[in-house]
Amino acid sequence: MHIVVCIKQVPDSAQIRVHPVTNTIMRQGVPAVVNPYDLFSLEEALRLKDIHGGCVTVITMGPPQAEAALRKCISYGADEAILVTDRAFAGADTLATSFALAAAINQISKNQAVDMVFCGKQTIDGDTAQVGPGIAKRMDMQLLTYVSQVDSVDTTSRTIQVQRRAEGGVQVLTTQLPCLVTMLEGTNEMRFATMDNMFRAARHQLKIWDRVAAGIEDVSKIGLKGSPTVVSKVFAPQAKTQRAEIIESESGEPRDLALTLVSKLFTQHPSASEAVVKQAA
Amino acid sequence: MSEETRVPAKKSGKGKYELSDELKAYKGVWVFIEHEQGGVHPVSWELLGEGRKLADKLEVPLSGVVLGAPSLATRRFCEEAFFHGADHCYLMEDVVLGNYRNQPFTKGLTDLVNAYQPEILLLGATTQGRDLAGSVATTLKTGLTADCTELNIDMENRSLAASRPTFGGSLLCTILTLNFRPQMATVRPRVMAMPNRDTSRTGTIIQHPLGMMEAEIVTKVLEYIPDNQQDKPQLAFADIIVSGGRGMKNPENFQLIWDLALLLGAEVGASRPVVQAGWVELDRQVGQSGKTVRPKLYIAAGISGAVQHRVGMADSDVIIAINNDPNAPIFDFATYGIVGNAMTILPALTQAFKQQLAVAKMAS
Repeated sequence: MHIVVCIKQVPDSAQIRVHPVTNTIMRQGVPAVVNPYDLFSLEEALRLKDIHGGCVTVITMGPPQAEAALRKCISYGADEAILVTDRAFAGADTLATSFALAAAINQISKNQAVDMVFCGKQTIDGDTAQVGPGIAKRMDMQLLTYVSQVDSVDTTSRTIQVQRRAEGGVQVLTTQLPCLVTMLEGTNEMRFATMDNMFRAARHQLKIWDRVAAGIEDVSKIGLKGSPTVVSKVFAPQAKTQRAEIIESESGEPRDLALTLVSKLFTQHPSASEAVVKQAA
Repeated sequence: MSEETRVPAKKSGKGKYELSDELKAYKGVWVFIEHEQGGVHPVSWELLGEGRKLADKLEVPLSGVVLGAPSLATRRFCEEAFFHGADHCYLMEDVVLGNYRNQPFTKGLTDLVNAYQPEILLLGATTQGRDLAGSVATTLKTGLTADCTELNIDMENRSLAASRPTFGGSLLCTILTLNFRPQMATVRPRVMAMPNRDTSRTGTIIQHPLGMMEAEIVTKVLEYIPDNQQDKPQLAFADIIVSGGRGMKNPENFQLIWDLALLLGAEVGASRPVVQAGWVELDRQVGQSGKTVRPKLYIAAGISGAVQHRVGMADSDVIIAINNDPNAPIFDFATYGIVGNAMTILPALTQAFKQQLAVAKMAS
C-alpha cells in the first residue's frame, strides 16, 4: 500500500493573540505545529501500513519553514516527505490549493501508484474542509469524509469499508481504491515518536519541489491567479453599540449581585424567564 | 465543463468588475435542501430565510434544490421549501439518490447548476453540505466560502459578500467571488434565524433527471446506524445554556457550571480551551470550531468572549457574563455582566435562581 498524507503547518491557535489596540494579529513568536486534525489521518495511515505493509508519504504545500512539520511526521513514522514550495503558490485559495496538491500527488504516483490519500478533516487556521474534497474530485478518487473508523482494507479486491459520520447517524460505506479519506478527530491516538524515528527525521533528505517539479505548467491555475475567491476586507467584529449593563450592589457581595441580576431577568425578559420556569420544572 | 470554457470578468474602472455575457446569464439564488432519513435538516430552512433577503436585493427568484429517491417525502420537502420562502424548487428524483453519497449528488447538483445557472448557491455547513459543496465547487471551478456568519450583496459588483471568521476566529473577513459563477457558500446550523413558516405560500416544481445507473456508482451504503439522540448533548436547539471557560481554572470548579445547569434544566456549554483540556466532551463546545447556538438565555462564566466563541453565541436573546476582568470582550456584547470571581458568583446565582423559582411556583 502506498499512502499519501496531506498535512499543513499552522500557527498554534491557542497562542495567537490580537493586539488590543490595533486589532491586528500578533504572529511573532507564535509557534507553528502540524494541524492537529491531520494527525488523526497520519496515525490512521501509519496503522494501515502496520497491517498491510507499504509506505507512507507526507506532503505539504507551504513556505520553506513548513519543513519542520514534515520532519515531525517522519518522527512519528512516515517514510517519505515532500515539501511543495514556490512563490507562485502564494495567495492560493482552496480551489488553487487542491489543484497544486493534486498535481503533486499525480507526480508522486508516477514513481509508485498511490492507493489512498488522507487529509485532515479541516485545518484549524482556515477551517474550510474544502481541500480534501477538492483533491479527490481533481484526481477522480472516491471521497470518504468524516470517517470515524476504517473497518477494513482488502488489498486484493482493492476495496475499503469505513464508518462515516453523518448528521443524525453513521453510514457504513464500502468503496474502491484509490480513495481519499478525511478522519474525524478523536478517532485514534497518535503514537509516540521512537528514538530511531527521531534520528531519522533529523537526518532525512526531504524532497523539495517547486512548481515545475510538482508537474504544474499552467500558472493561471495556482496561487492568487488560480483563486476564484478574493478577500475584500478583514475587520474586527463590530462592537455592539450597547455594552453589558454591569450589575452592582451596595455590598458588592455575590449574594446581592446574584439576586439583583435574577430579579432583573424576571422583570425585564419575559421570554428568557419563562424558559427558566418551564425548563426548571 | 473544462476550465478553459470559463471567461473571466474584466476589471472596468476602479474595483468594479464587468461580468462576461456568459456569466451574466447566471441568475437567481439557490438553497440546497439537505435531508437524511426522511427529515430535512433545519439549516436548509434557515438558509431559505437568508436566501430570501439576498434574492429580494437582487430582484431574482429564490429556489430550493431537492435531490432524493422518488417518494412522497421529496414532494413534501418542496412544499415546505415554499412555506419557508422559496419561489421554485428544482427536484431531481432517482433511486440512486436514496442515501447521500458524494458521487451521484455531486453529478446531480453540478448538472442542475449547469442547466439552470444560478448566481448564488448556498448549502449548510454540515457533514453532508461540506462534503458536497467542496466537490461541486471543484467540478464547476468556482469559488466557495466556508462557514459564513454573514451574507450580503455587494451591490456595486452585484456579488455575494460572504463574511467569516479568520485567523483562528479573532477577526472577520469578507470574501467575494467576483468573476466566477455560481458564487457558493456554506453556513453552519443556527447561524441564521429560522424564517416564519407561511403555509399559504406556493411555488413551482421544476423536475430534472439525474441520468445515472447504480452500476456507475462506486461507493455503496451497507448500513445506516442512527444516533441515540438521548445520549448526546443537544446544544443547538437548547433554550438555556450555561457555559464555562478557562476562567473556571480546573475541572473541579467546572462542577459549579453543572450545578446551575441542573437547576435550570439547561445544557452545559464550554469554550474551546475547556474542551481541549478535556473537562467536557467535544459536543459541548460553543464557537466557530464548535456549535452555534441561539438560546433564550446564555450564561457565560469565566469566558473572555474572543471572536472564536462570540460568533457561536452572540445571537442568544439574553447573555449573562461573569468574569473577573472588567475589560473582558464579553462585556462588550453581553446583556448583563457581573465583574467578579465566578467561583463565588456561580453558587450565589444558583441560590438566587432557586429562590426566584420557589416564588414563581407559589405564584402559579
